[in-house]
Amino acid sequence: MRQTTVPEPKLIFEKSRAGRVGCNLPKCDTPSVDLGKILGETREDLHLPEVGELDMLRHFTNLSHINYGIETGFYPLGSCTMKYNPKINEMTARMTGFANLHPLQPVETIPGALEILHGVQSILCQVTGFDYITLQPLAGAHGEMTCLMLVRAYFESRGEGQKRKIVLVPDSAHGTNPASAARCGYDVKSIPTDAEGNTNLAVLTQVLEEIGDQVAALMLTNPSTLGLFEPNIEKICKMIHDAGGQVFCDGANMNAMVGTTRPGDHGFDCMHLNLHKTFSTPHGGGGPGCGAIGLQKHLEPFLPKPVIRTENGKIIADEDRPKSIGRVAGFYGQFLMEVRAYTYLMAYGKENMHRISKFAVLNANYVRARLKDVLPPAHDRPCMHECILTAEKYKKEKGVRALDISKRLIDYGFHPATNYFPLIVPECFMIEPTETENKETLDEFCDALIAICHEAETEPELLHNAPSTKIVGRLDETLAVKQLDVRWIPGAENKEYTRLRQAIQ
Amino acid sequence: MPYIPHTEADVAEMLAVIGVSSIDDLFCEIPANLQLQPGSLDIPKALDEPKLYAHLLEIASKNVDLSKVTCFLGAGIYDRYIPASVGAVISRGEFLTAYTPYQPEASQGYLQAIYEFQTMVAELYGCDIANASMYDGATSMAEAAIMSTSLNKRQKVVVSAGVHPHYRQVLDTYCWSMDIEVQTAPSTKGVTVPFVDDKEAACYIVQYPNFFGSIEDLAAVREACDKNGSTMIVVTDPVACALLKPPGHFGADIVVGEGQPMGVPMGLGGPGVGLFACKKELIRFIPGRIVGKTKEVHGDKPGYVMTLRTREQDIRREKATSNICTNEALMALANTVYMIALGKNGMRSVAESSVRNAQYMISELEKIGIGAMTNKVFCEFVVGLPKDAEWVCSAMLSKGILAGLPLGKYYDGPPNTLLICTTELRTKDQIDTYVSALKEVLA
Repeated sequence: MRQTTVPEPKLIFEKSRAGRVGCNLPKCDTPSVDLGKILGETREDLHLPEVGELDMLRHFTNLSHINYGIETGFYPLGSCTMKYNPKINEMTARMTGFANLHPLQPVETIPGALEILHGVQSILCQVTGFDYITLQPLAGAHGEMTCLMLVRAYFESRGEGQKRKIVLVPDSAHGTNPASAARCGYDVKSIPTDAEGNTNLAVLTQVLEEIGDQVAALMLTNPSTLGLFEPNIEKICKMIHDAGGQVFCDGANMNAMVGTTRPGDHGFDCMHLNLHKTFSTPHGGGGPGCGAIGLQKHLEPFLPKPVIRTENGKIIADEDRPKSIGRVAGFYGQFLMEVRAYTYLMAYGKENMHRISKFAVLNANYVRARLKDVLPPAHDRPCMHECILTAEKYKKEKGVRALDISKRLIDYGFHPATNYFPLIVPECFMIEPTETENKETLDEFCDALIAICHEAETEPELLHNAPSTKIVGRLDETLAVKQLDVRWIPGAENKEYTRLRQAIQ
Repeated sequence: MPYIPHTEADVAEMLAVIGVSSIDDLFCEIPANLQLQPGSLDIPKALDEPKLYAHLLEIASKNVDLSKVTCFLGAGIYDRYIPASVGAVISRGEFLTAYTPYQPEASQGYLQAIYEFQTMVAELYGCDIANASMYDGATSMAEAAIMSTSLNKRQKVVVSAGVHPHYRQVLDTYCWSMDIEVQTAPSTKGVTVPFVDDKEAACYIVQYPNFFGSIEDLAAVREACDKNGSTMIVVTDPVACALLKPPGHFGADIVVGEGQPMGVPMGLGGPGVGLFACKKELIRFIPGRIVGKTKEVHGDKPGYVMTLRTREQDIRREKATSNICTNEALMALANTVYMIALGKNGMRSVAESSVRNAQYMISELEKIGIGAMTNKVFCEFVVGLPKDAEWVCSAMLSKGILAGLPLGKYYDGPPNTLLICTTELRTKDQIDTYVSALKEVLA
């Protein structure tokens, strides 16, 4: 993190002075009323800060200076696809014709909105190779869960609901996969990864022989979280299908495949997409995420409502879906994010779509090649859009962990990579550069990591103590759990709140 | 492509370092039969930036957005004023383009803002604590219901018919997938009929103000929960809580809601932001993220981190308290800026203006013979019309007014009821225009 000149951050509550307002609000011109008579008991105390508009803006501008975003610098967080968010996306999402729509206004007044939703669906069907796309899920994990609900509804419709209660999940999977399966009432069985980084086919075969008739689905991430393409993908899908199960694709790594290969052609029955990753809707500090799911025809009757589809050449929002699993979100999904995704997809279009995956993969392999002498790759194979390296030797020889290397990167002005995921690689360092970074940035980053690895050999304390920025040093995450402090408490003299703090702690 | 900065020389140098002769060589592990020819997808051709902008503008102009009509439609998403400062703050790249603060030392700005958000949501709802936000109001409610089943090991949730129909539909979907029974408790005249004692009810859920705009009797709900050992869950509009006694002060265990009215555009209902607050004892069971305050390992400076992550899916996998991975940080930031910009007095003023406008409208409608079917309302109310409400709404739309939500689609009974909403943005003139337009339509 760069050194900044912002003042020591104070909480906004400490800047509050009774009587200040930070907004020029509308004046009410209807007659005043007796609130107590209409509402019954009204509240007396309300501890919200009172500050002027400039004070409020300074507060947040200063906070922004101690926060790192893609527009601050390189953000190689693996498995998160931190690509550039084009500014035109922000302009289109703010158009009044999109931003100022009420979800319950008559559907005939929103033909443009339906056109966007249908447009995103149509393009994503092509990009993924699936028959249908729904944009209702609100985030990636929400999409995973929705897919498993479709699988469950499918088996229930075939009278196999009670029989198929197991979901297979590789040991390298995102933690959301088993969590989503559990959320849908499934028992989870882990499938190991073999020495090459692929799904262990011998174990999978054995498991299917033993309990194949109880398996509802396999949840596979392809390319895997090891950054590797699963070369046996067609065979794996066939094995699961032969056992009567469904195959779900975790689409977190779709950026490696856009325009080059399609999960729908690999044999998958359904998948989720993270539009905030692959299709460039901004990550916003951890949300809104933006989910979507793709599915093959046999799962279509169970789609969540409303289903945006064409009928007699007109796009409609179909609510009359007797077999639907129901509604998974309040309204139409993350609509303004779909506007951004649509803008992005149309900027690339037919002739450029493949460049996304080509350059994402080029960048990852370049970083991998430049760093291989200091941080060896976990597997000696070409990687897809992210490379998984291991810092094991520094831990063994110098007691320096992958986390220490990451923290030191902050001192060099970079956001750290992902550490300790996937769980099966020791001292894992997961770098995803994305296609939007230029060669100079990658070189600066690699130079920094090479220098840090040299420091790990010669001055390991530098890494143990990192970061040493002016903002804040390494934070004690264990202390945060031990003495839970999750809100500001007005005035220690206030007995009620003192009790609250003690109770939380 | 402008978003991909590589020159031909860059590519050549990079390939040389990697030791392959072309980018395609890097895809050698994808079986050839699964690879596409570049440019072979059946999708529209790329648009340059001016054409792209014009194309989107053309699509946007096909919608009847709220710059073209006056909005008296609420039902969970509200036309409230968004101060200019909200957009200015959340557009800053350091916030807009950041991700989950996995490395807290590089993310102190967001983490502190979320800590402030948690404080203010807890305060508005009258609860001890709040989390760092959920997807939306509907999924917040479903997560709260599911949380209650694990708190008291019961498999049935009871929800009032006065809760937003879409929220109940999402609840149905979630509960179906988890083998939880959902029972709907009736409401009459716009309020929930007192809950029947049920020792199997994991929770009782009401909305406050409810879907019909009425203010429910939360003391009675608390009593029912106490009698039955059930969790009390309340879905609440945060703006109303600037004026009403908040659910937490009635002893609600979990309070959830939609944060959209606080600085988030309607956007056809998404993205919104789910609010989730509860009693302190429940903190380890909460779904989603929580930010906590801590200090440096080697110093005394305070700082903020995501905490209690041992509950989360990235660690506990299938044993996690929920599968939620993301929150709605950007929208939570919009809420935070909104709550601070308005502050205590601004929030009260917005809430009070809404009540005044609703009361004025109710009295003006009475003058043309349209009586409100609900009383003790906040900013929304139900009226009975002498004609089909859908028909009335389309006639009103042709006069430039989004008249409200016809309830025939959601509830049994005559198709003549209409849910009308007045936020602080409605003026006396607009209300007068509505009433005279309605008079004409009904004539």
